[in-house]
Amino acid sequence: MTEKKLLLGDEAIALGAIHAGLSGVYAYPGTPSTEITEFIQGDKIANERGIHSRWATNEKTAMEAALGMSYMGKRALVCMKHVGLNVCADPFVNSGMTGVNGGVVVLVADDPSMHSSQDEQDSRFYGKFAMIPTFEPSSQQEAYDMMAVAFEYSEQQKLPVLMRVTTRMAHSRAVVNVATEAQQEKPLNYDAIAANWVLLPANARKRNDAVTTQQATLEEDAANSTYNNYIDGKDHSLGIIASGIAYNYVNECFPEGSPYPILKISQYPLPKKLVRRIMNDCAKVLIVEEGQPFIEDMVRGVSELPSNILGRLTGELPRTGELNPDIVKKALGIESSQSYAPCENVVPRPPALCQGCGHRDVYTALNEVLREYDNARVFGDIGCYTLGFLPPFHAIHSCVDMGASITMAKGAADAGQWPAVAIIGDSTFTHSGMTGLLDAINENANITVIISDNLTTGMTGGQDSAGTNKFEAICRGLGLPDEHLHVVVPLPKNMPEITRIIREEINYKGTSVIIPRRECIQTLRRHLKQQKAQEKK
Amino acid sequence: MKTDIILCGVGGQGILSIATIIGEAAMNENLYIKQAEVHGMSQRGGDVQSNLRISSEPIHSDLIALGSADVIISMEPMEALRYLPYLKQEGWIITSSTPFVNIPNYPKLDTVMADLNALPNVVAIDIEKLAKDNGVPRSANVILLGAAQKALGIEYDKLEEAIRRVFGRKGDAVVEANIKALALGRKQS
Repeated sequence: MTEKKLLLGDEAIALGAIHAGLSGVYAYPGTPSTEITEFIQGDKIANERGIHSRWATNEKTAMEAALGMSYMGKRALVCMKHVGLNVCADPFVNSGMTGVNGGVVVLVADDPSMHSSQDEQDSRFYGKFAMIPTFEPSSQQEAYDMMAVAFEYSEQQKLPVLMRVTTRMAHSRAVVNVATEAQQEKPLNYDAIAANWVLLPANARKRNDAVTTQQATLEEDAANSTYNNYIDGKDHSLGIIASGIAYNYVNECFPEGSPYPILKISQYPLPKKLVRRIMNDCAKVLIVEEGQPFIEDMVRGVSELPSNILGRLTGELPRTGELNPDIVKKALGIESSQSYAPCENVVPRPPALCQGCGHRDVYTALNEVLREYDNARVFGDIGCYTLGFLPPFHAIHSCVDMGASITMAKGAADAGQWPAVAIIGDSTFTHSGMTGLLDAINENANITVIISDNLTTGMTGGQDSAGTNKFEAICRGLGLPDEHLHVVVPLPKNMPEITRIIREEINYKGTSVIIPRRECIQTLRRHLKQQKAQEKK
Repeated sequence: MKTDIILCGVGGQGILSIATIIGEAAMNENLYIKQAEVHGMSQRGGDVQSNLRISSEPIHSDLIALGSADVIISMEPMEALRYLPYLKQEGWIITSSTPFVNIPNYPKLDTVMADLNALPNVVAIDIEKLAKDNGVPRSANVILLGAAQKALGIEYDKLEEAIRRVFGRKGDAVVEANIKALALGRKQS
């Protein structure tokens, strides 16, 4: 039995996992992957079954917990945005060595064009070098269907499966036919073989040989996969290789069906057999993929830009950025529809910190104090407060990766910089800032750390923050003396107190932490609304 | 039937609730739907848009191509103009006439309205005032939906039914306010 549901790609993935007998989702919020875990947290079956869905502290802890669940025979899902895969690269790559017991799907949402990200890395490269089979659904329906297939395949091959989606798949809704019942969860078992999971060199060498040998099977499976299709066409002057959602843009160009053969790729390792077939059948091949030229680079190899292979590397498609129907039309020599010119009077409307947000008061205070110093440097981090770079604050000088504010400030201080200030949010601090603070405290580095605590993971929509109510204890536990640990309430009326504390701690030659704490204005509104609704009942 | 719709405005103005109602109505009619939304950083007071495509035939792309949107529904007049290159030559713009000024260089409202009025098919409504004057202050977005109904190619009754299903959980008062807003919008079109 099936029923129709209007689902975001992320929601289709979540429901697909629940229906596939999932026992736990492990994730840290990150656009565009956040809604997968949120859906499971709110799902009736998931709640009845007690499927694990609480947010993890970061992607590494998430990936490892999922491996532990798999070790015991159950199915686990790990979700993250593309840069999260860097954070959990160690357990991810080594999960290819250990293999799995219960099925593991690692869902990574890439963000081409960087709508909400600092780079547009393509996760398919990770799948390749970790030797882990990779799925790339082309539609919400396929994403839903693939979850059950991916878990089964993971268990059959005893390897995790990487599922790669991109922003337009994650954050686009479509009608999806879904099952009305969920498979049972897998029972606990003790089938995991310790010698596979203890990656001592002697064991790991055996596993490395086994997994390397297994690649031929994985490629053969990809060649026979129902998700990789060769669709013949009448006109063999051109063939099109399209992966993931790029396949949709190609089809959009041909409402009456494509005259050219199309090879749709949604499962890797890249099936060379199918690629050779379309290359033999067609005079030229256009490779259309969302993200970096992953397939194109492999197909092209090292020979000097063969003229029969077209794509992002030859300029038919742009080298970077997200695809859209018009970009693909152009590559296929089809004219776009007649359109109005962009309106000249329209001005950009960049995102900004909300009115009433505590981060605003933190930056106002910090800017007021730092005006008194020559060449102060403020090392920023990932979150809403990164918007402090923009007018009117112009307050930060770096933002690289989760937690880098503290460690970069320390390195700058080591180089002789003063004042060196780090500004980091509460959730980012527990994600990856704590270890850096320990480094700083151990050397009493001359830095001032501001943990701007809004009691939530704000940028991704207000998810629970792992360290709420624990920050003073964490700082003390890392060895910070009480006299250099301050908590303030970031409100305009407290400006004199906040600026005085910031000034004193900058002038102190050592590590100090200031925690401005006030709830995120968005979650506060939501909480007040919920409270009101409760009172009505 | 096939309708390509761009919904736009400023983060927090409620364009996604309009999309939810249209999506609900379309699904109930067994139509195909694709609706690309914007989540994440740009929601913080920045410009936001959603590409909503409904069709009796399967839909491929999640995004609308240049020059092919049948209608732009905008909660803000300058935001309506931002997506002009996506509008069909004979397409409709249904927009709120109230500017949302959260940037220092917002153009003169006269200029924005002149640009809008130079287009063939524009309906600009002071939805905020209409909503307040008629006692439905929280349903300004649904007034806009009512005004867009004819351009959407979805029957009025179907939108009304969708509102009942979407807002049912929130109680009769909310449902009735939104149905009233939908009717107010229809009168404006």
